[in-house]
Amino acid sequence: EFRRFSLERSKPGKFEEFYGLLQHVHKIPNVDVLVGYTDIHGDLLPINNDDNYHKAVSTANPLLRIFIQRKEDADYSAFGTDTMTRKKNVLSNVLRPDNHKKKPHIVISLPQDFRPVSSIIDVDILPETHRRVRLYKYGTDKPLGFYIRDGSSVRVTPHGLEKVPGIFISRLVPGGLAQSTGLLAVNDEVLEVNGIEVSGKSLDQVTDMMIANSRNLIITVRPANQRNNVVRNSRTSGSSGQSTESSLPSSTPNILGSLLQGEEESDEEDIIIEDSGEPQQIPKAAPTSESIESLSQIELLHESTQNGFLPSSEMNLHHSAGSISMEYEVPDPGCKSLEEEGTIITL
Amino acid sequence: MRRFLRPGHDPVRERLKRDLFQFNKTVEHGFPHQPSALGYSPFLRLMAIGTRSGAIKLYGAPGVEFMGLHEENNTVMQIHFIPDQCQLVTLLDDNSLHFWSLKQHGGASELREEHRFTLKGPPGSPPSATQVTAVLPHSSREVLYLGTESGSIFVVELPSFRVLEDRTISPEAVLQRIPEDNCSRRSCELVEALREHPKNPDQILIGYSRGLIVLWDLQNNKATHHFLGSQQLENLYWQRDGSKFISCHYDGSYTQWPVSSDNRQPEPLENTVPYGPFPCKAISKIYWQTTKNGLPYIIFQGGMPRASYGDRHSISVIHGSQQTAFDFTSRVIDFFIIFSSDPAAEFDDPSALVVLAEEELVVIDLKSAGWPAVHPPYLASLHCSAITCSHHVSNIPLKLWERIINAGSKQNIHYSSMPWPIDGGTNIAPDPPQRDLLLTGHEDGTVRFWDASGVCLHLLYKLSTVRVFLTDADPNDNMNTLGEDEWPPLRKVGTFDPYSDDPRLGIQKIFLCKYSGYLAVAGTAGQVLVMELNDEDAEHMVDHAEADLLQDQEGYRWKGHEKLKTRDGPVRFEAGFQPFVLVQCQPPAVVTSLALHSEWKLVAFGTSHGFGLFDHQQKRLVFVKCTLHPSDQLALEGPLSRVKSLKKSLRQSFRRIRRSRVSSRKRRGGGGNASEVQEANAKFDQDALQEMELAPVQRKIEARSAEDSFTGFVRTLYFADTFLRDSSRHCPSLWAGTNGGTVYAFCLRVPPAERRMDEPVRAEQAKEIQLMHRAPVVGILVLDGRSTPLPEPLEVAHDLSKSPDMQGSHQLLVVSEEQFKVFTLPKVSSKLKLKLTALEGCRVRKVTVANFGSCKTDDYSENDLAVLTNLGDIQIISLPFLKLQIRYPCIRKEDVSGIASCVFTKYGQGFYLISPSEFERFSLSTKWLVEPRCIVDMPEVTSNNHVHKKSGTENAARKS
Repeated sequence: EFRRFSLERSKPGKFEEFYGLLQHVHKIPNVDVLVGYTDIHGDLLPINNDDNYHKAVSTANPLLRIFIQRKEDADYSAFGTDTMTRKKNVLSNVLRPDNHKKKPHIVISLPQDFRPVSSIIDVDILPETHRRVRLYKYGTDKPLGFYIRDGSSVRVTPHGLEKVPGIFISRLVPGGLAQSTGLLAVNDEVLEVNGIEVSGKSLDQVTDMMIANSRNLIITVRPANQRNNVVRNSRTSGSSGQSTESSLPSSTPNILGSLLQGEEESDEEDIIIEDSGEPQQIPKAAPTSESIESLSQIELLHESTQNGFLPSSEMNLHHSAGSISMEYEVPDPGCKSLEEEGTIITL
Repeated sequence: MRRFLRPGHDPVRERLKRDLFQFNKTVEHGFPHQPSALGYSPFLRLMAIGTRSGAIKLYGAPGVEFMGLHEENNTVMQIHFIPDQCQLVTLLDDNSLHFWSLKQHGGASELREEHRFTLKGPPGSPPSATQVTAVLPHSSREVLYLGTESGSIFVVELPSFRVLEDRTISPEAVLQRIPEDNCSRRSCELVEALREHPKNPDQILIGYSRGLIVLWDLQNNKATHHFLGSQQLENLYWQRDGSKFISCHYDGSYTQWPVSSDNRQPEPLENTVPYGPFPCKAISKIYWQTTKNGLPYIIFQGGMPRASYGDRHSISVIHGSQQTAFDFTSRVIDFFIIFSSDPAAEFDDPSALVVLAEEELVVIDLKSAGWPAVHPPYLASLHCSAITCSHHVSNIPLKLWERIINAGSKQNIHYSSMPWPIDGGTNIAPDPPQRDLLLTGHEDGTVRFWDASGVCLHLLYKLSTVRVFLTDADPNDNMNTLGEDEWPPLRKVGTFDPYSDDPRLGIQKIFLCKYSGYLAVAGTAGQVLVMELNDEDAEHMVDHAEADLLQDQEGYRWKGHEKLKTRDGPVRFEAGFQPFVLVQCQPPAVVTSLALHSEWKLVAFGTSHGFGLFDHQQKRLVFVKCTLHPSDQLALEGPLSRVKSLKKSLRQSFRRIRRSRVSSRKRRGGGGNASEVQEANAKFDQDALQEMELAPVQRKIEARSAEDSFTGFVRTLYFADTFLRDSSRHCPSLWAGTNGGTVYAFCLRVPPAERRMDEPVRAEQAKEIQLMHRAPVVGILVLDGRSTPLPEPLEVAHDLSKSPDMQGSHQLLVVSEEQFKVFTLPKVSSKLKLKLTALEGCRVRKVTVANFGSCKTDDYSENDLAVLTNLGDIQIISLPFLKLQIRYPCIRKEDVSGIASCVFTKYGQGFYLISPSEFERFSLSTKWLVEPRCIVDMPEVTSNNHVHKKSGTENAARKS
């Protein structure tokens, strides 16, 4: 079906309103749809937030072609660069997605449907030779999937080159979280676990530390393959001034300290079943006075903005994780499969 | 702001910490591991024991003990006290000699190594030339005679260890005076024994290994007599008056030789093989002790008939018609006789035989009829049956203490009443501050009660749980009751008996209520016994109850051991702790946790399947809770299935090895020529090596999940009267923590005392907490409104504790292996936590609340957590704020059994096993320190060698 209606270019309003308007004009109030438009290059681009909606409206010349597809049978491959020119009859493609049935596509949906699995963090404070990787473990669906071993590495010391014992990644389990991130590799030397240096610790100790932190594991490695390192320009070295040093900058413990505090906050919460009732997450007791926790929270906010995080977006992510965990609230109290954590940040 | 985040920046707290905490290893209790040498000074009345790890320990009167350690950690071969001195010399197996002395320092005596020395021969001489085999400290106290493997006897000056070369007694010099047809150079190889003449210090007796014995005159530097023994010599002993000496031999014989002043060639007076006529084992040491009534005591080690009793470790005592061969369960290291040391006395008059066996010290009273054993006040063999668990109870009320001692004294009637004969030195340590009991559970189903108040760990009472059960071994079948005319007259002595009739009898958990005298003991086959102290013997029935911990779980089969069979009908129990009820867990898995509440008369127990609560007043099972995860097959089937899988894997690996051998052999057969084979072998080795390098020790990093094995294993049980449901009413509760990080809380309703027998105890599950990190829960504790841990049951009733604060809100402390967490009660919300593993990589192995008093002021004390980690560190963590106070390295992290055996006391002390037979005692407190402090006085010595025992009489006066 085709509809034509007008919008005021100077005051386009919010995406939500526009979305409501579309549902209204097509008389499909309860149907989830994907919205797309063709830009000046003939690309079919999505409209799903305020920003790209405003962008779309601003490109209207004067007409704006909008495509609406039912979400269930949407063809996501239709979006992208050159889509309109590449495919001669995009319109028919869009309108008759059954043409593409033979080639099922991976559903890439909206940002809130994503969750992070890993990230490289603290790029600006670490030396270029090091990489700090955060692995996000959700539930038990995917194993962390790596092994560590003892080994030795060569360090530059005041007495010249010295062989020192170290901990290395020895194996990645195929299909595991560690392998799927692509950020860790066999023979990478593990330098820190959640901000604690591993030097001087035994293999068993480091194993215990990693398992204890497995819900939110941050490991700093010296990758065995240094070729893939991002070559940073003077901006980063200027900001920390220590990026070329082979040892860790002396300032990191402070930052790591706060990182840990932050991790405390985002850490998993225990579950309580009262009187054989519903399992619930154990709430944090309200701080009676100016408690340590509240101090550290302020610090977290401060530090994380410094580190280039957007606290708000992270909060979003965690909210989404929270919403997933809701599904796990099993009504049957006898069932012991209380798997989920609630990583809700109480900022 | 930072200050709050980082501990250790508050100067006031830092100062207080110094007044509260201090780490010391204070004393080693028990029997030295692998003893290797024994020495005794009749002058000091001190005994010395050397070990294979180079330790030397001196013991005198109870409480008098010293310890030294040779840096080399080599086996101590011989110990010799310097006559009439506070000095001794040790010989190690690296042929080094060490000179030790006891010197007073700061009001107490200390044992110190002063010199060391290794005998060096001329360049190019073989090592045997200087290998020391016999040591004789001369009564002049100036020189030491060292007999060697080469037959030379070197003389060294003391204490400088300067070799006096001109005084060396060479085999050549010895042979000069001996007719050549009797002896050759070979007769003088290896000096076996050196003995000084008891009356004439200028004469020494030299015994060579091949049987030649020479009396050497030190003044004239010549042999005055020689004695031709036909048998290989083992040892020599002078009679008191110096007119005769005894030699003992490899063939199990001993010979008496006269020493006359004329020049006749001496002939043996008497040559006896005491256990002949069949071939006998060597007599390695012999004493000939004279008595007033003329009949000597002949005491010797070994000499048993080789074929039938060659495996016995025996020491025989012959006195007239009396003869007993004391039969030891472990190898005899050495022995000595305590006899009259006064040189003016005419007779030896032996009073006691002291035997150091490999696993225990046995002292025999030779004065009393029947030669009974003397109960040693120290050096107890903790491991007479292997220790399986320990439990410490501080500050025992006097009443209970006396009752336990009373029960124990009835068990000890067969011991001699002789006062402890090794009584040198004076104990000047202050009296122990309180009466402490250490209870050890053993593999044979016994529980031993030790007085752990002071330096001497002393056995008070032994409890056996075996009587309740039917075991394969009939208790009446005593292998050692021998008939009258049995030969040799063996008599078993000592308590070391490492063989358990049935491993299921092993004790796993002990819980003693010191106020009520109730004791709960749980074992390997799921048996839980509740006992009561009775001062009289009694015969009664033991009530039985079964606790089926699997409940509604179905389709599982226990493949582990069966439960123990019980005796039907009434059982006779001796005075002491007598069991009155047996709760049998089903399946009969090992009991992993135990708690007793004597006020509510409840006992809680847990296994790898679940836990239960039993009312021992009404003798009724209150409830059971299965903690199993449905997928935990391993726990359900019992330990056997694991054994089986191990067996299987072993078998597989053997098969693999065999296969690889076969294949390599095949290759050899096909290859033909040798170089090809070698090549193939080399390649094979290389491949194997490479494979080894490719697969180093690696650890899997994986989050713990609910499906892990043994998550249902109950690690801890705790009774508390607290606010479980709402904040207005408190009630009795039972808490249980599992290996999978779950905490269960049950609300209990215990009827008031007057209706206690009429109404049942009820229980209802109130809470279940799942720790998300899923680490095993090792401790649960409730803090009252003042953040003080709740008192023990009956503690308040006995006015020994303030009643808990029930006004303020209570808090729950859950200690897992990885974290400490404080939650509010009754609504469970998390308040505080301390992560240990995430930050340090160590895990909690043991945790206890300990009270620490300040050494500066009497009125300050606080409760903290004492924590032992898997790395062997001890940490003290404050309550209720969970701040790390201090950390001490205590046990080597490789010493897994040491870490597993550690127990803390309530006042900041602790014990752990350093060997199967020894507890190391340590203290974390500045205030409570139990360590030896003693003085050894030099008795005055007059010029004619007459000893005037000044301190000895003083000691006696003090004792009386």
